[in-house]
Amino acid sequence: MTAPRTTPAPPAPPVSTPAPDVPVEPAPRPVVRARPRPFRARLSPYLLLVPALVPVAVALGWPLLRQFVISFQEYGLAQEFGQPAEWVGFDNYTALLSDPYVWGVIGRSIAFCLVNAALTMVVGVGLAVLLTRVGTAARTVLQVGLLLAWGTPVLATMTVWQWLFDSQYGVINWLLAGPLGAEGMRQHSWIIEPASFYFVATVIVVWMSVPFVVFSVYAGLLQVPDEVMEAAQLDGAGPWQRLRHLQLPMVKPVLMIVGLLQVIWDLRVFTQIYVLQRAGAPTRETHLLGTYIYSLSKEFSMAGAMATIMLVITLGLTVFYIRRMLREDV
Amino acid sequence: MSTAVPTRARGRRTGGAGRRALGALAVVLALVWVFPIYWMVSSAFLPTNRLRTSEPSFFPVDGTLSNFRRVFSDGTFFDAFRVSLAVTGITLVAAILFAFLAALAVSRFRFRGRKSFIVTILVVQMIPAEGLFISQYRLLDDWGLVNAVLGLTVVYVAAILPFTVWMLRGFVSGVPIELEEAAMCDGLSRTGAFFRITFPLLAPGLVAAGVYGFLQAWNEYTLALVVMTDPEQRTLPLWLQGMVEANKATDWGVIMAGATLISVPVIVFFLLVQKRMSAGLVAGAVKG
Repeated sequence: MTAPRTTPAPPAPPVSTPAPDVPVEPAPRPVVRARPRPFRARLSPYLLLVPALVPVAVALGWPLLRQFVISFQEYGLAQEFGQPAEWVGFDNYTALLSDPYVWGVIGRSIAFCLVNAALTMVVGVGLAVLLTRVGTAARTVLQVGLLLAWGTPVLATMTVWQWLFDSQYGVINWLLAGPLGAEGMRQHSWIIEPASFYFVATVIVVWMSVPFVVFSVYAGLLQVPDEVMEAAQLDGAGPWQRLRHLQLPMVKPVLMIVGLLQVIWDLRVFTQIYVLQRAGAPTRETHLLGTYIYSLSKEFSMAGAMATIMLVITLGLTVFYIRRMLREDV
Repeated sequence: MSTAVPTRARGRRTGGAGRRALGALAVVLALVWVFPIYWMVSSAFLPTNRLRTSEPSFFPVDGTLSNFRRVFSDGTFFDAFRVSLAVTGITLVAAILFAFLAALAVSRFRFRGRKSFIVTILVVQMIPAEGLFISQYRLLDDWGLVNAVLGLTVVYVAAILPFTVWMLRGFVSGVPIELEEAAMCDGLSRTGAFFRITFPLLAPGLVAAGVYGFLQAWNEYTLALVVMTDPEQRTLPLWLQGMVEANKATDWGVIMAGATLISVPVIVFFLLVQKRMSAGLVAGAVKG
């Protein structure tokens, strides 16, 4: 049990020192704080948490719970009109997981997530390192470019990418057919084939995710002291060695959290896929987890079961990260 | 140390050409990232007959404002703007206030359940909202909050809070408690010390969290799609997607004008405060 403390809590642990998981013993108190702790003060941290906990519990926790429960029930049209739902055990899960199509969706989603997260991290870290090694002018230009891409609303981005990839007047087909001489690309539809649909989606997702990675990692790289870098240089470490053995290890905490976020975001990608589907792609062949669950919205039980499966996949992909982060950070 | 000088000078000189090459690479990459946005703005100023040609026009010389006029001519843009403004405004105020209080509790108090709360905050961020929206829709439906600003606001606040708490926690921990203690030794109350000493130092953190929340709520599409089914209650992203579906393949100019209109204010705002926001994201990520 952690002893509830009143006036001043111990300073937050410094970075990289894991906070003790063990009960915090009341430290010897200075004279000013010798009075017994008033009840109000012991209560106050909980009162401060209430406003944050209530919306999260109501709008996330409760739907999550309800969906989980309903995934074990038969919830159809009759239940919409007030009939009590029937318990069906794992029937919904069995139905979903014995469907090869569902496995296709799961496999595609995981593949899409890992490819996109990996590409985003590689390009992002590459650009962040590039920022540390170029002059002020080039750095500013690249930073502004990335910021513009980062700041643009997703829907606007999706809209302009559709226009760029437009089969008839899109500039990408023009570029391929005209200056690059690939005549067959003149009327090419990019989203009609699943493989090229995912290619377009990957280009867009990586393009919009990279700036966040670049700026987070670049900010981390700036924290690496110049003296350390110079000392390494004097000792004969080349640029690659300095990056590999010095800079990257020192920004590891940033890389971890940014990588984790990329995996989570790319697994739950919805808007980009949905908008591209609406642009005329075959939906059944291009569903990923998010759009597939959306397409199940009329079958509440199935959607609940599918969402639970998605949650399990997310945890499966991230549990390693989370455990590392908890060990190092809390 | 005398050997250091020639070594470093040599490093500089050999690095000179390489550095210029890297600089050129950086500029090319910048163009790759900027081009879609440039293309959006440029197309917005071109009349349809110049967009539907076999040779694209790369510069909007002799451009026109007609695309923008057509966006403004029907009132749906302003309706969507009002809805977006209301949703974002309420979400922002609620989320920042609640997150700030929670961050305070977590980084200034030691109490039972503190660690569980932090773990919850982390795990909640793992929950794929895309798997929850149907259930959230039903919840709002039960309360008659579908197609209501308040309904969308509730799910937005819940969505934004965890990350905001995480981020602000880094900032609050970053202000040394000793500053407050010193003020308390000088006779300020705990609350007084907090508001006079720590709070002003937290301003950048609050700005960062605010911008994060603003961008999330203003740009959000998925939940809006599920909750705001009534065309009257569309937010700006829904409005834009509706316009794409109505004009696609016929009139990209007016679509690009719409996209430009909803992007430019956001980009300007983002550029003004992004430094603080990036610092906040990293502070939230790195500090314990």
